[in-house]
Amino acid sequence: MKQLIHGLLLTLCLLGSASAAIDAYEFKSEAERERYRTLVEELRCPKCQNQNIADSNAPIAMDLRREIYRMLEEGQSNEQIVDYLVARYGDFVLYKPPVNAKTLVLWYGPIVLLVIGFAVLAFILIRRRRASDKPASNTLSEAERERLATLLDRKEP
Amino acid sequence: MKRLLMLLPLAIFLLVAVFLYRGLFLDPTELPSALIGKPLPSFSLPSVEDPQRVVTAEDIKGKPALVNVWATWCVACKVEHPVLNKLAEQGVVIHGVNYKDDNASAQKWLKDFHDPYQLNIRDEQGSLGLDLGVYGAPETFLVDKQGIIRHKYVGVIDERVWREQLAALYQQLVDE
Repeated sequence: MKQLIHGLLLTLCLLGSASAAIDAYEFKSEAERERYRTLVEELRCPKCQNQNIADSNAPIAMDLRREIYRMLEEGQSNEQIVDYLVARYGDFVLYKPPVNAKTLVLWYGPIVLLVIGFAVLAFILIRRRRASDKPASNTLSEAERERLATLLDRKEP
Repeated sequence: MKRLLMLLPLAIFLLVAVFLYRGLFLDPTELPSALIGKPLPSFSLPSVEDPQRVVTAEDIKGKPALVNVWATWCVACKVEHPVLNKLAEQGVVIHGVNYKDDNASAQKWLKDFHDPYQLNIRDEQGSLGLDLGVYGAPETFLVDKQGIIRHKYVGVIDERVWREQLAALYQQLVDE
């Protein structure tokens, strides 16, 4: 138990240090700081893949943070800043890619698969129900019973 | 119908297999450039050799060329350098962008290892690099004579890369 608690505490400490790479930028307002934070967390570092530019210590991420800070200070909107980066690095820098011909499968693929899954499930269920609605096949009609009796009674010569 | 349904799992398996097999040979660190088909970003920067001389995007127009982003801190650039020297000897037009570098060491490098570049742009702040979407040196852009970026290669250009990928593209731009 004690070990478990120690382990948990250690995990918490490590979690705290995971959001590294803090630059000393002065912001005009709390709202601006918040915008900066969302931007650097939503944008992806082109060099160190699978890290956003907030977490990365790569020089390119530092440059991009500085650039974003500069544009924020100039009073540009979030959209302008994101467009600026997409124009240079492509859709890759977005953690939330736009819907276009290339990303259609990415966006709608899971829904299509889910619909197909439900369709198959429904198909199987309906077929099963139809099969059980039919008169039970182990009851024989009058004629069938007679035929069975003659077949069973027939002695082999 | 039933027979076809029985083949469905096999069909799905084959589809996924093809998809994943292709994935084995894709390099995730290779990003498609957002600048293909667009003109070189405009800039006005000094040259590495002469701080008085100003180089602009206009100077690059006229001939198809390779625009090579390099730096002395970039280890892979050193590997690439002899290949660029050789290409320059063969008459390939190569311009250099010295990206976020110390100018004195860049000058020394060019003196020590030979200078394959016709124009050598001094991008100490990395502003041109940012406009070019550079995320790691060496990167090489293929620019046509109108100054439009036609192709980008990220990584070291060695003999094989040149022969198999870039030579034909460059020749095509020369023939245009």
